[in-house]
Amino acid sequence: MDDLLAARLQMAVSLGFHIVFACIGMTMPVLMAFSEWKWLRTQKQEYLDLAKAWSKGVAIFFAVGAVSGTVLSFELGLLFPGFMQHAGPIIGMPFSWEGTAFFVEAIALGVFLYGWNRLNRWVHWASGIVVGISGVLSGIFVVSANAWMNSPAGFDYQNGAYTNIDPVAAMFNDAWFSQALHMTLAAFVATSFAVAGVHAFLLIKNRNNTFHRTAVKIALSFGAVSALLQPISGDISAKDIAQRQPAKLAAAEALYKTSQPADLVIGGIPNDKEERVQHAIHIPRLLSFLAHGDFNAEVTGLDKFPKEERPPVFITHIAFQVMVGLGVLMALAGLLFLVFSAWWKKILSKKWWLTCIAWLTPAGFIAVEAGWTVTEVGRQPWIIYGFMKTSDAVSPMPGLQFSFYIISAVYILLTVILIWLMWRQIATVTNFYPSARTD
Amino acid sequence: MLLSIIIILGIAFILYAILGGADYGAGIVEIFAGKKGEHTITKAIAPVWEANHVWLILAIVILFAGFPLIFSTISTVLHIPLMIVLLGIVLRGSSFTFRHYDVGQNGSRKYYTLFFRISSFITPVFLGVTLGAMILGEIDLSASGTFYEQYLRPWLNIFCFTMGLFCAALFAYIAAVFMIGEVPSVGERKRYIQLARLFLFATTILGILVFVAAEWHGHPLFREFFASTFSVIALGMVLLLVPVLLRLFRQPNILYLRAVAGLQVLLILLGWYAIQFPILVYEKHGNHLTFYNTQAPAATQLQMLIALFVGLLLIVPAFYYLFKVFKGAQEEQ
Repeated sequence: MDDLLAARLQMAVSLGFHIVFACIGMTMPVLMAFSEWKWLRTQKQEYLDLAKAWSKGVAIFFAVGAVSGTVLSFELGLLFPGFMQHAGPIIGMPFSWEGTAFFVEAIALGVFLYGWNRLNRWVHWASGIVVGISGVLSGIFVVSANAWMNSPAGFDYQNGAYTNIDPVAAMFNDAWFSQALHMTLAAFVATSFAVAGVHAFLLIKNRNNTFHRTAVKIALSFGAVSALLQPISGDISAKDIAQRQPAKLAAAEALYKTSQPADLVIGGIPNDKEERVQHAIHIPRLLSFLAHGDFNAEVTGLDKFPKEERPPVFITHIAFQVMVGLGVLMALAGLLFLVFSAWWKKILSKKWWLTCIAWLTPAGFIAVEAGWTVTEVGRQPWIIYGFMKTSDAVSPMPGLQFSFYIISAVYILLTVILIWLMWRQIATVTNFYPSARTD
Repeated sequence: MLLSIIIILGIAFILYAILGGADYGAGIVEIFAGKKGEHTITKAIAPVWEANHVWLILAIVILFAGFPLIFSTISTVLHIPLMIVLLGIVLRGSSFTFRHYDVGQNGSRKYYTLFFRISSFITPVFLGVTLGAMILGEIDLSASGTFYEQYLRPWLNIFCFTMGLFCAALFAYIAAVFMIGEVPSVGERKRYIQLARLFLFATTILGILVFVAAEWHGHPLFREFFASTFSVIALGMVLLLVPVLLRLFRQPNILYLRAVAGLQVLLILLGWYAIQFPILVYEKHGNHLTFYNTQAPAATQLQMLIALFVGLLLIVPAFYYLFKVFKGAQEEQ
């Protein structure tokens, strides 16, 4: 394995691991605070039980998220020192704000988790709100730094030097809003569907359980709304990259040749040698519309870019299909949930419906990983789009693959333990929470 | 502006050494504190350890945004020790949380404890190794040498590991002093006082050895130390506080005890800053990396200062509140 590939894979593993915890850290505080608010208003036991049970899970995920985030802040330099040396001063600002937001989040979470019996109830609830707000903000700041890699701004580039640095312009680059919106919604979709799925699975065996039924209702409400908003945000993103990063859109759509009008290619296997997609479904003119809002618009294909500046098509295209496919599936489930809640409440406790929701447990997180793959692999070979290649930023130290092997082994081990721990936590839920017992 | 940033970086590092240090040290102290100690130590650090470690993230962000060349240099040359630090941080945080929240009480607990203790020791050692390598001056920026010369020799030596052990002993000392105030019973308190004495002794010996090892490597740490009046005064005060401490151990007053130990750490770090300033990384051929020759452009510094200032306005009261809420006995989870 060459060092560049090892460094990229290590970053991918580290980010892919961390992103799950980051999503949970952005979403769960909101769900917990919501449940606690319902409890404060109604005094119903199940809301308090849920807030407490969730907070135990969050404590575990938050800790692993905090340490894996620390790893990332170092890894940017350990793996891509050439990048950090130049990008550090330009995108330091969102990182400074992210540090602040994360700090507030960690402190507020400490208060929330350990303050159940020592604080005024509303003060305790407010600390949960602070965790939620600062969690979402820290996510937005980090994504803004990533958006800068896709849409560099706030500097002049002369003879290899980055001058006239304007950190504010860099932070509010052209991509920050569309990326931050998409990621925040994605965090809510993924976490909500995962939570709903686990509780739905437990509800199948035990259909009258108030604890699990309430959990599914809360989680799916958040999941449904965000899953229905996500396609709108996706459309904003697609139109944005059609303008700014046509190579990424072309790779995601496997559009080898510039076309006017362009078909939307669904599924299929891209073949780089023959520059065509096999076994795909083509919908005429739809890509032109989706990318530019006009059924007859020209969409730039990969042929406009020299071979060495094209992103890997196969991975980007497949990842994009996975993300969109699962996104559509969850939006559909969300729509059904809203319809059933309004008119056919009985269906919500039917076995087939709960089974569907249970199957969707990992869907959101798979979509998040796929979407992240699209944005990162789709930017290759650039680390700073149009300015610095990933291969010029990588650490000169030989043997980077050993770091990669070790980090991967540790993260796989942690994943296995975490799943096992969560399972144990769930299996004993009836021992701790009155509303989880069924008579 | 630059000076304000340097001061905030310095403060972040001091707070990390004291608060984060107490957390690491707690894992080391736990080895000597018996079964009961495991419980009290977990209770004492569970609500605060994550927040304590954010000081490290803050210091890193200041370093890579404010002094990019320093960050990219140490993360290239000191890749291996830093990677070990990171693995230590991950394993330590995870195993601590797993142990704290795992509902089962069977065999798995043994492994969490094992990992927690080992990584609580290894991580500060390699933090110290990294700092040692920045001081020692074996880093060769013009090198096109072998793997050993470029990536191992700067840190794989006696001086750096003495620094590492010094860090671990210092952290364990801080933790032991901290724990004296966390246990109500006289018997338990006695145990931690004993441990505090032991680690104070170890820290002193290792502190002397750091100087000896530096001389042995040809780095004139003694001379640099005596050239800085401030450092001499600082170390003098650290030593003068030792008899005060020994007396406080006999009649513990929690507040004074913590204040004196904290002051010692503060003085040690300030003394070290005074020797180093403004150099952060000593280079073999004298091309040292300083705050001045690596500073980011003014626009970056200004924005960073704004973010840090607003951040500290939010963080400091919040931190105070967190500690206030959890002063005294912790709630059972």
